[in-house]
Amino acid sequence: MAKDEFNVHNLVGTRPDRPDGLDKVTGRARYGADISAPGMLWAAVVRSPHAHARILSIDTSKAEALEGVKAVVTRADFPTGLTGEDWNLQENTMAGDVALYDGHAVAAVAATSQLLANDAARLIEVEYEVLPHVIDVDDAIKPDAPAIRPGSADASVPEGMAPNVVRYMEFGHGDLEDGFAKADLVCEKSYKTEAAHQGYIEPHACMGQLGEDGKGEMWVCTQGQWFIRRMCSAVLGMETSQLRVTPSEIGGGFGGKTTIFMEPLSLALSRKAGGKPVKLVMSRAEVLRATGPTASASMDVKIGMTRDGTMTAARAEFRMQGGAFPGAPVDMALYCAFAPYKLPAVAHIGYDVLANRPKCAAYRAPGSPMGAFAVESLVDEMCRELGLDPIDVRLKNGVKSGDKSSYGPKFGSIGLTEVLEATKAHPNLAAPLGPNQGRGAAAGYWFNHGGETSVSMAISEDGTAQVSVGTPDIGGSRASIALMTAETLGIPYENVRVNVVETGALGVNEPTHGSRATFASGKAAVVAAEQAIGEMCRRAANEWGIDPEAVEWVDGAAQPAGPNAGKFPPMSIAEIAGKMGSTGGPISGHHEGNLDGVGASFGTHVVDVEVDPETGRTTILRYLVVQDAGRAIHPSYVEGQYQGGAAQGIGWALNEEYVYDDQGRLANPVFLDYRVPVASDLPMIDTVIVEVPNPGHPFGVRGVGETGITPPLPAIANAIQHATGARLRHLPMTPAKVLAALKG
Amino acid sequence: MTKVHVTTTVNGDPVEFLADPRETLLDSLRNSLGLTGSKEGCGTGDCGACSVTMNGTLVCSCLVLGVEAEGAQIETIEGMGGDTQLHPLQRKFVEHAALQCGFCTPGILVAAKKLLEENANPTETEIRYWLAGNLCRCTGYDKIIRAVQDAAAEMRGEAA
Amino acid sequence: MATVALHLWSGLRRLTGGAEVVEVNAETVGEALDALCAAHPGLAPLIQGGVSVVIDGDMTTSRHHPVTPENEIFLMQRLKGG
Repeated sequence: MAKDEFNVHNLVGTRPDRPDGLDKVTGRARYGADISAPGMLWAAVVRSPHAHARILSIDTSKAEALEGVKAVVTRADFPTGLTGEDWNLQENTMAGDVALYDGHAVAAVAATSQLLANDAARLIEVEYEVLPHVIDVDDAIKPDAPAIRPGSADASVPEGMAPNVVRYMEFGHGDLEDGFAKADLVCEKSYKTEAAHQGYIEPHACMGQLGEDGKGEMWVCTQGQWFIRRMCSAVLGMETSQLRVTPSEIGGGFGGKTTIFMEPLSLALSRKAGGKPVKLVMSRAEVLRATGPTASASMDVKIGMTRDGTMTAARAEFRMQGGAFPGAPVDMALYCAFAPYKLPAVAHIGYDVLANRPKCAAYRAPGSPMGAFAVESLVDEMCRELGLDPIDVRLKNGVKSGDKSSYGPKFGSIGLTEVLEATKAHPNLAAPLGPNQGRGAAAGYWFNHGGETSVSMAISEDGTAQVSVGTPDIGGSRASIALMTAETLGIPYENVRVNVVETGALGVNEPTHGSRATFASGKAAVVAAEQAIGEMCRRAANEWGIDPEAVEWVDGAAQPAGPNAGKFPPMSIAEIAGKMGSTGGPISGHHEGNLDGVGASFGTHVVDVEVDPETGRTTILRYLVVQDAGRAIHPSYVEGQYQGGAAQGIGWALNEEYVYDDQGRLANPVFLDYRVPVASDLPMIDTVIVEVPNPGHPFGVRGVGETGITPPLPAIANAIQHATGARLRHLPMTPAKVLAALKG
Repeated sequence: MTKVHVTTTVNGDPVEFLADPRETLLDSLRNSLGLTGSKEGCGTGDCGACSVTMNGTLVCSCLVLGVEAEGAQIETIEGMGGDTQLHPLQRKFVEHAALQCGFCTPGILVAAKKLLEENANPTETEIRYWLAGNLCRCTGYDKIIRAVQDAAAEMRGEAA
Repeated sequence: MATVALHLWSGLRRLTGGAEVVEVNAETVGEALDALCAAHPGLAPLIQGGVSVVIDGDMTTSRHHPVTPENEIFLMQRLKGG
């Protein structure tokens, strides 16, 4: 698309009510646990109380003898011989020989009520042999750490590394020694972040049904119904197309609902219970113990800087654990860590390490917040030492379109400079600060993603339009897709209905992940609408008896393209649609593919804090998010992504962490103790939407969902140092840690 | 365990159900009465997604037993306003984009309605502390607070 | 077929006899990846496990995407989002 098409639109950029708003303020929107079916059973899961233990025996006889219990499953009910990630998914769904973390499922039961299923689960007797465990990433990477899964390292790991290292990477460019030699100041520091949970308020829930005929149905809260279908089929040895998965409304995901945790259990129980539907809903404690938090990280960063703030070289070595399975996002943490900076020399080294913790899942810009915490903290420390303004230093070193990125390839169109300029100009930076108050800034980056996408659009008989998308609506994407479709067709927003459809209705779609729903489903919807417009122009041309090339589409109607085409009054979409049955049949459009043209998004956050010197408690006084959206289709929901990302980052920075006891058991599996930010913890969150259009999208869209969680971690650490002089390099920055640093 | 016959009033309607003495009011509402608007986010009274009023008191229905509803007046999100007569809070939540996933929304609306009944003109701080028992993971609360303020202003008859 | 240069991540040098940039004859992404694995079989499990290919700054997931000697082609670990 040519850039000159990024001009004024009628609908794109407005803020209409979301189409699913009424359902969601009246309580009638149906989420994962809100469905029931005739003959439905209820399930409960037995979970390991040990961090690492060999399963010696499982006795299910007492549970099976209980009246009303219809099925019990263990790993013995699953197929064998799986490999790779399919095996990992199966192993995580139900432990095999060894329970790998506190909360690892070992058996499941279905009964005629939830209370009965819970009773039956308590009657299942599991005999364990407790094994040595390891929790912390720096302990897990030691050569003498308990080996969790010997032989699970992939080909990237050189001989001789510690037993729990399962992936290794290094990359970079330039002459590092030369770069550090040119610097006036070289600093090297170590940083740690703890595992945080996505913390969606809706626990995982599904209802699965699987018959002896191999045909199955599932209703599930998920970010991706096709991922659920493929993963459940693989774990259970089913034919993929025989499982139909319908996504419920989703009560938050943030990456944590892009994979399976307990979903195959409902199908396995159903099959064993004669095909009755089985509802399985996790408790909050199960969500925290056994679904994907993000990784924890231990990071060393070294940066060289000249007196004027020019960065000459940088090096990062990150160690991350993502639980007892490979997949900690250490690669993406490294890719994003130095992404805002143009560096003549840079080196990255990463270790993916196993520990006795739950299998990590994606969490909003996976890896990027950790990398940013380390790098953006150290850049700030060096700016302070050299007496430089942190925004100016980022402007001086900031990458522009076409620059070589820190991770190798050159950047396409990016808007970091525009973001930094908008940040500098914001009034929050001039707000006066009082005693014990400080200000911190940091930048953040996320690639964004296009991915496998399939969208259908059909014109109805009255000239309205329906769009079928495969990306569940987590935060208003129905509204943005409806806006783009209506804009393209030239019809009112209200005349478009966007449906999130089940797996039987479209080709394979990746989940709503990678900030891709508005970008990818929106882009495909626009192409589908353009196809329908082409067909409607042909229908009008046939009615008029002129060449279809001589018809154009303007404001929701076909009209002759010029005086030579003939004199006919415009034929509206309603007229064309009303006659479609007698002019050639249904009118629709469809587009699918791997959608390229993704635009990356940079952001900057500025936070003002006050630190209580008596208690060490940090209060957020003022918060600013500035981020490049490319083009904000529905600005309210773009702001919402910025504010929500900031709030999650604030929680990760100040409160949230997985706390384990000395037995390796999660000590805080409830919201009272795993404390996410509440309304009284936060101020209003100011936002500035910068729009540097993405040439890879018909309206210029960049994904906006993920970047916003990245800068809060370092920005708050930077603000605390400004307020107190104390530098915290280990998250979360709890009152106890801040107080210790103040006294330190 | 033998179930108990419970007679109560929900959203003004007389209802009866059988409750296991161990089941929560939230379970009774959702599973026995089909009122699934109240959500379970934690089951421990920390998230507020199951907020209802019982005899006029704002409670987490996951911390109340179903049998305790005997003779009580229960109000849930389903009783807050129909499509043609939405409560101002419901309208303002949609207008202000004060929900993303919408899972916490029913509980927050029930809690905010109770706030405005007790305090027609709450400050931002009062709203934040009143809603501190209702977790939202999507919005950062900004648009929720603004929607409550705007609804309160409208209910006081002030131009928004 | 034209010769194109593939930029690997340096951790893979161990498996390519020390090379961080590998030249192969290919006209598409798929041909380039297959040629890379044929030349350096030790890379095959990692390449087949999933990589992202970035051509002139744009990520592509299609094996059929054309490549030319003028393209800057980087292999990265497979990217995914939340």
